[in-house]
Amino acid sequence: MAETVATLEHPPAGPARPKLAVRDLVVTRRTASGEVITATDRLSFEVAAGEFVCLLGPSGSGKTLLLNVLAGLEVPTSGEALVDGRPITGPAPDRAVLFQEPSLFPWLSVRGNVEVALEFVGVPAPERRDRAQRWLANVHLERWADAQPHELSAGMRQRAALARALAADPDVLLGDEPFGALDAQARELLQQELQRVWAESDSRKTFLFVTHNVREAALLADRVLVMSAAPGRLLEEFRIHAPRPRSLDDVLVGRVVSEIHDLLMREVDASVAREMAR
Amino acid sequence: MSRARWLGRELGPPLVGIVGAIVLWAILAATTSIPSPATVWTAFLDGMRDGTLPDAAAKTLIRLAFSFVVAVVIGTALGLALALNEFARRAVRPLVVALQITPFVAWVPLAVIWFGTTERAVVFVTIVGSFPAMTLATLQAVRQVPPVYERTGRTLGARGWPLYRKVILPAALPGVMAGLQQAWGFAWKALMAGELIVAAAHAGLGHLLDPREGVAIPTVFAALAVILVIGVAVDYLLFGQLDRRIRRRRGLVVGA
Repeated sequence: MAETVATLEHPPAGPARPKLAVRDLVVTRRTASGEVITATDRLSFEVAAGEFVCLLGPSGSGKTLLLNVLAGLEVPTSGEALVDGRPITGPAPDRAVLFQEPSLFPWLSVRGNVEVALEFVGVPAPERRDRAQRWLANVHLERWADAQPHELSAGMRQRAALARALAADPDVLLGDEPFGALDAQARELLQQELQRVWAESDSRKTFLFVTHNVREAALLADRVLVMSAAPGRLLEEFRIHAPRPRSLDDVLVGRVVSEIHDLLMREVDASVAREMAR
Repeated sequence: MSRARWLGRELGPPLVGIVGAIVLWAILAATTSIPSPATVWTAFLDGMRDGTLPDAAAKTLIRLAFSFVVAVVIGTALGLALALNEFARRAVRPLVVALQITPFVAWVPLAVIWFGTTERAVVFVTIVGSFPAMTLATLQAVRQVPPVYERTGRTLGARGWPLYRKVILPAALPGVMAGLQQAWGFAWKALMAGELIVAAAHAGLGHLLDPREGVAIPTVFAALAVILVIGVAVDYLLFGQLDRRIRRRRGLVVGA
């Protein structure tokens, strides 16, 4: 077992129960060659209700697996993953997921994709169309409601996926590098859209996004959790108090970006050194 | 695009293929004992005039339609069941593969013993000959659905039958279509084997393929041509167009 790389100050205990919590979470995965790799190692953190948290770390730090555990798509090896204090036993519509790869159903229209999500949670048929149309309008896709997903640009598809994820009114939105495959302009547009949607949701939703883009994390998050290289543990956390909507020109945001960037570079160097010493 | 150009683009390549095949055939006929295209054309016209070809084709098509529909229903249902249940898949899939590689002709004597030289024997051979292709294609299609669709469906709250009906099945549809086209080909082959051997008393196109039954060689070729034309036409006009529509809707056809 590796020595402790850095200690984490636990976030101050909030008055309310955290929305999401992981405690001493160990996730292992088996590679194609059969080797067992520890992806996250006794990881603990909490996310308060209504908070926007970004998980940042070098690739291979187990971020995606961790997110899948919270989504209920993977089972942890040991430790706990909790939503509202209850163990997560499987996927449920209270935790929507935005995947990195295109996930719109290609056999349905854009509106059909949103409608089917409403159908899955039992919204009666007559209401679906209007609700879907409202959500599409919210991400500025109302004119594309009847288009097929393949007729949309990658950025528009991800916006449609966002509308679909939020249409069933989940408490939590989990993002697995949802903007990772987009070009710079589409990415920026979506980051703005996402901030607006998060700020506007009436009962503010809890967002937990995995990313390896430092600027994205600093732009979006209330709090950035930085993970170590594999096996993933928490290195440090940064609270960002800059007002929204944020811009990278903001002095505070810029300072956080360079601090996180330095920390990550040191971590990558250290992990390379650890690998060499093995 | 103008209609004429569309027709040219649609029908050009198959026409070149057909004309090429007929030219090759004519050359072969000139050097061997194979009847020439002209002789076969005459036999075809004769067969149409005296009613043998339309009668045989009608009988064959009724058998085929019935057997094919039954095979598709059985094959798809079994494929889905096997895709859903790992135990059943591991238990039954090898048996289906065994059926798939059994030659159609091998079923014919058995069918005759079980059912006599009846309509049922021919239908049995056709169903057994074509449903395994449908089962294996359906199974494969379901298993090749990209995991992200299932994961998306599950995180949106779908599980059980709704997950299958709304996510897995539609995602698998292009693969199921491929199975339909395969099963169509196999159903034809099995039915012809069946009719050739069993249905001496139940004339069909397959019966017209047998010179030992006193069918003139040019008529054999004419019957063969009718079989091919019907088989290809249904494949192209029905399954092919359906398949293209499904693919186009999903953005899977480049430049269409």
